[in-house]
Amino acid sequence: MAPLSDDAATQEMAALSGDALREGVVQALRDALGDALLDSLIKPNDDVWVRVRTDAWVQAGHVLRDTVGCDYFCFLSGIDWMPSPFGRGEDDPTAPTPERDTAIKQGYAGGDTRMQVFARVTNLTKHFGVTIKADVSDDAPAIDSWIPLYAGANWHERECHEMFGIGFNGHPDLRNMYLPTDFEGHPLRKDFPLLARLVKPWPGIVDVEPLPGDDSEEGEAS
Amino acid sequence: MTDLVDRQKLSYIAAQAADARLNVELETEGMTLNIGPQHPATHGTLRIIVRLDGEQVVWAEPSAGYMHRGYEKLTEVRTFPQVTALVNRIDWLGSFANEVPFILAAEKLMEIEAPPRAQWIRTILFELSRIANVSLFLGDLGVQLGAVTPVFMAFRDREHVLNLIEGATGGRFHPNFDRIGGLKDDLPAGWIAETKQVMKKLRNFCTEIENLLFGNEIFQSRLRGIGVIPAEVAKQYGLSGANLRASGVDWDLRRDQSLPLAYDKVDWKVWTHPDGDSFARCWIRLQETRESTLIVDQLLDQIPSGPIMAKVPRIIKVPEGEAWVSTENPLGEMGYYVVSKGDLGPFRVKIRSASFNNISIVPWVLRGVYVPDVISILASLYFILGDIDR
Repeated sequence: MAPLSDDAATQEMAALSGDALREGVVQALRDALGDALLDSLIKPNDDVWVRVRTDAWVQAGHVLRDTVGCDYFCFLSGIDWMPSPFGRGEDDPTAPTPERDTAIKQGYAGGDTRMQVFARVTNLTKHFGVTIKADVSDDAPAIDSWIPLYAGANWHERECHEMFGIGFNGHPDLRNMYLPTDFEGHPLRKDFPLLARLVKPWPGIVDVEPLPGDDSEEGEAS
Repeated sequence: MTDLVDRQKLSYIAAQAADARLNVELETEGMTLNIGPQHPATHGTLRIIVRLDGEQVVWAEPSAGYMHRGYEKLTEVRTFPQVTALVNRIDWLGSFANEVPFILAAEKLMEIEAPPRAQWIRTILFELSRIANVSLFLGDLGVQLGAVTPVFMAFRDREHVLNLIEGATGGRFHPNFDRIGGLKDDLPAGWIAETKQVMKKLRNFCTEIENLLFGNEIFQSRLRGIGVIPAEVAKQYGLSGANLRASGVDWDLRRDQSLPLAYDKVDWKVWTHPDGDSFARCWIRLQETRESTLIVDQLLDQIPSGPIMAKVPRIIKVPEGEAWVSTENPLGEMGYYVVSKGDLGPFRVKIRSASFNNISIVPWVLRGVYVPDVISILASLYFILGDIDR
């Protein structure tokens, strides 16, 4: 299919609805980005996920805002796909550390890196949203800023930078929002320990009450 | 509307020029004023640093984070049913409404749906928490503009709603009542008749506030034409709820998306206002409170019978997947992006709270306004600190 001009593509989008609309979104991105659209997933009657190449992040945002009509900025954040080396924080601190799965497995629309940036934009007239993801490199995680597209991305990128250590090229002010300026580490990365759980065993592992209707345990107790 | 925006821009440029000129010619500096972190106009501890040139704001920067509790990290070490106890504390004035989108996201991943009666009761409690939340805003609004009476009326009538929430759930502020697959308990006897009475009282309260405040000349002159946010800017910043509808955008998640809640079973109206100023934002909230009482009345009339809990395994494991669910909370769009790896607890939860986006527009909207308007604009944007910092 030949790339459509912006106007024609916009009009074509306006005529669609439901899952055809979600397919239209993916098609519009494919026409505009070509190879840079890496993967997509449509869940029928639910939602659409797309993953774009890191260098096409801003261009994809332009397509979503201008061609697809998603001019409402919902949120932007990051995700660390590495399984937590601390598990669910329920280990007995006196016992040796149990073996854990360390394989990194990305979610919908795939991925190649440990960390990803994802954002959601919404079309307020056609009532649908798109979740867009992009990989960021492992050694120096960084991506272009969305501020020129959506002014509201400012605080979300600051928060993401603080929590995941992902850089945003072109962001004017990446100061911390929540933590002290000299805080070391990025709290939402999976390898950042939740100290409250490590210094004291989680009481949930010892205080297990028998559940109502649990005949076997009640039988033993009586 | 454009005139006002241009005026804001021009006054900003003029203020900057004046600032520069003063610095060069007289070597005086503008004043930096610190509002908060304990100012009564901030529902919680938000600090705003404003730079003034005379009486005019040339630069403003909110400084959040005094109440950051790291819920996104904490959810990763909780099981799915435990998370509702955490998210109750995000927007503490409308707690039940925080639970609903998370539970719906978990239900979506598990591909189960609550039975009709549970959906109905969820919707009723959702609207009750909206009424409790926004009625406090309506009273508080008066205090921030110098009128003391409305806040007493608001606390008086909000008490009735809190009593209802307590009667049904056992908790006044943090019900923790929603369960994956349904609800903890059914409604107590006599609750429906009681609720109908209270809804009447709340409609009277709305009328009282409307007569006392909204028709008042001082109130209008303090709010009309102040802090105008055009629709385009509002959408870019992701404003939601009444703040977005006050800018003329007809968007309400209760109507515009299909969720297993009972909003499509009743007849109600989404209010919008074309002006985008502080007055419009307050006016929309007043209308919505009244509309909510009507929604509750209609839902009570046709509440179906049946179970309140779907068949759910005793130990809840949520299948692998990702789900995004957002609802129209009292403050605006509140959503959870839940990533599950098939475990007892979520792998990652992104909490999209309304106030975070609503407050990120403050540096833009405060430029060029005068000092007394700072408070009225912040009041009209309506934020809860727990909802900004999470």
